[in-house]
Amino acid sequence: MLDIKNLHARVGGNEILKGIDLTVGAGEVHAIMGPNGSGKSTLAAVLAGRAEYEVTEGSVTYEGRDLLDLDPEERAREGLFLAFQYPVEIPGVNNAYFLKAALNAIRKHRGEPELDAMDFMSLVRERMKILDIDSSLMSRPVNEGFSGGEKKRNEIFQMAVLEPRLAILDETDSGLDIDALKTVAQGVNALRRPDRSTIVVTHYQRLLDYIVPDFVHVLSEGRIVRSGGKELAIELEEKGYGWLEAGEPVGGRA
Amino acid sequence: MSTAERTIEELATQDYKYGFVTDVDADTVPRGLNEDTIREISRRKGEPGWLLDWRLKAYRAWLTMEEPTWANVKHDPIDYQDIIYYSAPKPKTALGSLDEVDPEIRRTFEKLGIPIEEQKALAGVAVDAVFDSVSVATTFRTKLAELGIIFCSFSEAVREHPDLVREYLGSVVPHTDNFYAALNSAVFSDGSFAYIPKGVRCPMELSTYFRINAQNTGQFERTLIVADEGAYVSYLEGCTAPMRDENQLHAAVVELVALDRATIKYSTVQNWYPGDKEGRGGIYNFVTKRGHCRGRDSKITWTQVETGSAITWKYPGCILQGDNSVGEFYSVAVTNNLQQADTGTKMIHLGKNTRSTIVSKGISAGRGQNTYRGMVKIGRNAENARNYSQCDSLLIGDKCGAHTFPYIEIKNTSSQMEHEASTSKIGEDQIFYCRQRGLSTEDAVNMIVSGFCKEVFRELPMEFAVEAQKLLGVSLEGSVG
Repeated sequence: MLDIKNLHARVGGNEILKGIDLTVGAGEVHAIMGPNGSGKSTLAAVLAGRAEYEVTEGSVTYEGRDLLDLDPEERAREGLFLAFQYPVEIPGVNNAYFLKAALNAIRKHRGEPELDAMDFMSLVRERMKILDIDSSLMSRPVNEGFSGGEKKRNEIFQMAVLEPRLAILDETDSGLDIDALKTVAQGVNALRRPDRSTIVVTHYQRLLDYIVPDFVHVLSEGRIVRSGGKELAIELEEKGYGWLEAGEPVGGRA
Repeated sequence: MSTAERTIEELATQDYKYGFVTDVDADTVPRGLNEDTIREISRRKGEPGWLLDWRLKAYRAWLTMEEPTWANVKHDPIDYQDIIYYSAPKPKTALGSLDEVDPEIRRTFEKLGIPIEEQKALAGVAVDAVFDSVSVATTFRTKLAELGIIFCSFSEAVREHPDLVREYLGSVVPHTDNFYAALNSAVFSDGSFAYIPKGVRCPMELSTYFRINAQNTGQFERTLIVADEGAYVSYLEGCTAPMRDENQLHAAVVELVALDRATIKYSTVQNWYPGDKEGRGGIYNFVTKRGHCRGRDSKITWTQVETGSAITWKYPGCILQGDNSVGEFYSVAVTNNLQQADTGTKMIHLGKNTRSTIVSKGISAGRGQNTYRGMVKIGRNAENARNYSQCDSLLIGDKCGAHTFPYIEIKNTSSQMEHEASTSKIGEDQIFYCRQRGLSTEDAVNMIVSGFCKEVFRELPMEFAVEAQKLLGVSLEGSVG
């Protein structure tokens, strides 16, 4: 599914990723953990194709193709989805309209017929059941005036409609209360399929109580310093990130 | 080069879609302007003496006036003696029906997608097509006539309904109003006239397409719409012009009169040639538009989508004289490449409990300069008058500009006025978010811009709103911030 080799990337002249190696197989859930500034969100941004991040070395292969060669929209149409840490507001653009345009762009790319308004709405209603989404959310402008929790839920809802093959959740748990966290996790779990992979980027172990990962990787200063099973997350929770590093402990449970 | 800059470049190299010239013999008067030119225009149109006198008065007033320089626009001096003031396509036969319209002209309109054909007009649009200076065809006249609605070319109105024209002409925009209005009053060649009688609700949208075709022809249109007591009319004006190297002056005047309880909605989509990417050519659109809410409980709504012209200078306003009358102004103005727009409105509150709403959306891309200039004046007797103004600017790229000049004058203590303004940039964040969901950059920009303009688009009649959205897409194709 995804094969990252020796990935180096920088933003504004600062090297953030200093040689990442990571392989994600079909149907697997990988958690990327690490203290603030370790490069977790940079990794997510590079995979999604943000222009400010410059890849200086290494390669990323996605389903046999050079991912770094694709424009962000091509990556999206090929099934890569990023749930944003800070979802962006688009004033005046109806949420349903936005999502329908996105879905049809992806369907068109796959050679599938575009959905009309009726079919789209029935799909939306079906997916709304998975997440605790209020139907009024669909007629509101994209993320405008949404609470933090609504924004995050909306991201997962979009994911449920767009049905990606590789979903990257960038700190989806940040700013969520426990109930919202459970709902989001429930949504993610409901979408788990043998051919769908997920990368969960998180600072805290908390989310991993609900989305149980197959693998946990710890990122520190732009490198993966430790990989393991789900028990690694629990160990981290107990000992803090400092346990893995020399010098000052960084982060841990806030 | 960022994606943004690249796409702005792409956009700048877009060809003007409507840049073609129709080959028809034109009946023109010699270049230049003097009293003889005006007499000649009036003679060719077979006008009555009072109208010629009015034109001459306007001309003499114009001679004493100075071209306004306060607008936030720059252009080379205009040589008013180098303009042909009258150009009419030579009709091959008398134009009794649509079938008799010159096929060349009809092809031109077809390229523009104007529903001049009766069957297309069944969608509910009656079209008075103004080709250069003379109204070529008017559709649905008979149907409207049954209701007592008059909808015809200005020249015809002068012939057939001289009393109405004489009563209202210049009653909202006097011939001395301003430099361009005076010029228009002196030389106006044609335009549209509509009269909706008492208590009649006009059952269809009235529509005019102006088109500038002959070379070096200034277009001086004059539109007069009168809604009698309790009447309702929605009027659409759409404009396109073929590509020209030389700048062309367009100085139109629009007068609206709403009597007691009457409502007039006036919607414009203006897509004249904006000039090339170096700012060569393009239309100078110096227009005076004003509505007069003369009666109680009357209402006038201006909605404009201005995407074309090299320079736009227009301030559709409302004089709210009748008690409880309402004035509204909804505007989207787009400037790209080297386009300049100085546009806004004037709301003059004179009557009690008068209300006005101003929603202005300025979009600047390329090296475009976009200025909102608005005046809200609340008179001593306009007790409890209220105004709400909202001016939003959207910048695409970093070489363009947005400017806001609100003027406020309130002469009583019971009135309320609210003003909100914002300036935003289409962010890389917004575009990236859309692209991450699978949308192309172009679709993303269109979507963001449409969202920004939503409050204005929803004021447009459905069919026009779709067209406006498409035009906006064409105007900004590829541009990113």
